[in-house]
Amino acid sequence: MLEIQGLTKRFGGLTAVRDVTTTFDKGRINAIIGPNGAGKTTFFNLVSGYHKPTSGRIIFDGQDVTGLRPDQVAKLGVARTFQSTTLFDKATVLDNLIVGHRLRTTSTFWDVVLNTSRLREDEHRCRAKAEEVLDFVGLSSVAHHLAADISQEERKRVAFALALATDPKIVLLDEPAGGVNPEETLGLAELIRKMIRKGLTVCLIEHKMDMIMSLADKIVVLDHGEMIAEGTPAQIRSDQRVIEAYLGADYAAA
Amino acid sequence: MMSKTWQKPLLAVLLVLAIVFPMLAANDYYIYVMSLAYIMAIAAVGLNLILGYTGQLNLAHAGFMAIGAYTVGILTVDYGVPYWVAFVVAGALSAIIGFFAGLLSLRLKGHFFSIFTLCVGFMIYLIIEKWDALTHGTVGIIDIPAPTGVGPIRFDNTWAQYYLVLFFLVVSLWLMSRIVNSLLGRAFIAIRNGEDLAETLGINLMRTKVLAFVLSTFYAGMAGALYAGFVRFIGPAMALESHTFDMIAFILVGGIGTLFGPLLGAILLTWLTQSLQFLQDFRMIVFGPLLILLVMFFPQGLIGYWRERQARRAAASVQDRRLQRSVVGPQQEVGTNA
Repeated sequence: MLEIQGLTKRFGGLTAVRDVTTTFDKGRINAIIGPNGAGKTTFFNLVSGYHKPTSGRIIFDGQDVTGLRPDQVAKLGVARTFQSTTLFDKATVLDNLIVGHRLRTTSTFWDVVLNTSRLREDEHRCRAKAEEVLDFVGLSSVAHHLAADISQEERKRVAFALALATDPKIVLLDEPAGGVNPEETLGLAELIRKMIRKGLTVCLIEHKMDMIMSLADKIVVLDHGEMIAEGTPAQIRSDQRVIEAYLGADYAAA
Repeated sequence: MMSKTWQKPLLAVLLVLAIVFPMLAANDYYIYVMSLAYIMAIAAVGLNLILGYTGQLNLAHAGFMAIGAYTVGILTVDYGVPYWVAFVVAGALSAIIGFFAGLLSLRLKGHFFSIFTLCVGFMIYLIIEKWDALTHGTVGIIDIPAPTGVGPIRFDNTWAQYYLVLFFLVVSLWLMSRIVNSLLGRAFIAIRNGEDLAETLGINLMRTKVLAFVLSTFYAGMAGALYAGFVRFIGPAMALESHTFDMIAFILVGGIGTLFGPLLGAILLTWLTQSLQFLQDFRMIVFGPLLILLVMFFPQGLIGYWRERQARRAAASVQDRRLQRSVVGPQQEVGTNA
């Protein structure tokens, strides 16, 4: 589904991502872990088109997407969430989601001026999609709440919903459980499994090791921009380099 | 939603008020001032699209209004072009120059964009002031003809001009409401909320921002063209950034990112300025604190404040209904079970 070949990103003298080669398989939950500053978010930024790689290639669904703009990558089916989601606080949750499906519509400025049937159809489709994804993430009950009034956990779910509204094939989740309590974390993990059951591929960055170890099919470990290990949770847990760089002896013993 | 049910009657009342205003006004001067407020409102409605909805502070807006006004002035006075032909050219030219200025300046983000457009505005001012042969330089253009009549209607008196300006104001607002309430408007708002997120959702940032910029400069150009035919003389100073700041004040007072905010702000501030005229330069002593109080207590502007209350109330009523249902629901179940 997603193939990364020798991906490198340098910012001046700093190499944020160095020669990473890996693959993320379709229908799996892939996790990227590593200490702060390991290059995890930069890696996402490269895949989703925010940064142009210094070298290396990104192949998505058999197509070379290296150097494409974020909106082009999104149209091909790569969605992502951010650590914090900038919503329009004065509009309802549903209102915030409608624009998420805009990229699958074709109406132009002139459709707007002339109020064509194509525009009305597009708007209807976007609204239906917003309702569908809101239902999928379990937030139908807050559809008409102002975005300002929802909880942190609900905000995380709205971020998922926005990503899903773009009709993606793969979803990149940047710390999906950051800042939510353990109970809510379980709920979000279940939502990620639900996305897999729907046929999506997931790639996530997360610091909550319990969640990762029980959720991920494959883990990639970054440290100082380099991939120091990849494999199943069991392999990662017993990897000496990972223990030294990130997990710590305590976790390995546990 | 609740706000929608009485939106239409409210709009109808406002329109009727606008139509009967000249009949109620004590003298023609009031009609003249109101017409000017409407023209400034059209320009501010345009600025609100790029500033309020798309989140890009364009400080060259008055420059584009001047381009529209000067297009009409130069074409009608120096080349004898009929007013309405010049009017159309003014809108088109502002939009075309806006396209290239937008393409260039929107490569920058945030404050850098604003500073760049400040320079663009000043360049427009300098070109108008220095290019004597084309623009009449510091003297400005005088004796611009009033809009020529359409059919039996003539626009040579204040009343007729008031209704002409009102007509364009209504069309401007109508078109803007279409834009901002459409999917396109949602794309603009998404960019304002967060450019990174908007891009992730597949919105082409550059193309969408340039479109908003061009539309806003088109509004500025049309307002300038109306201004030239209404005030009948124009000078380079109208391109100065201080006029952009006037429009920003209209938007902030009325409500940033709201359809009617710029209009409300333009009318309120125009009349406030008029009624404080007797204080001359001291009027700023009243004006300044008033603006500060407004920004402190109504940071979203008057309409923004009103709309937020409406939205909250609508959300609460949906919640109430749901609560009632969930309370009533189980009781009924208990009843049937028993």
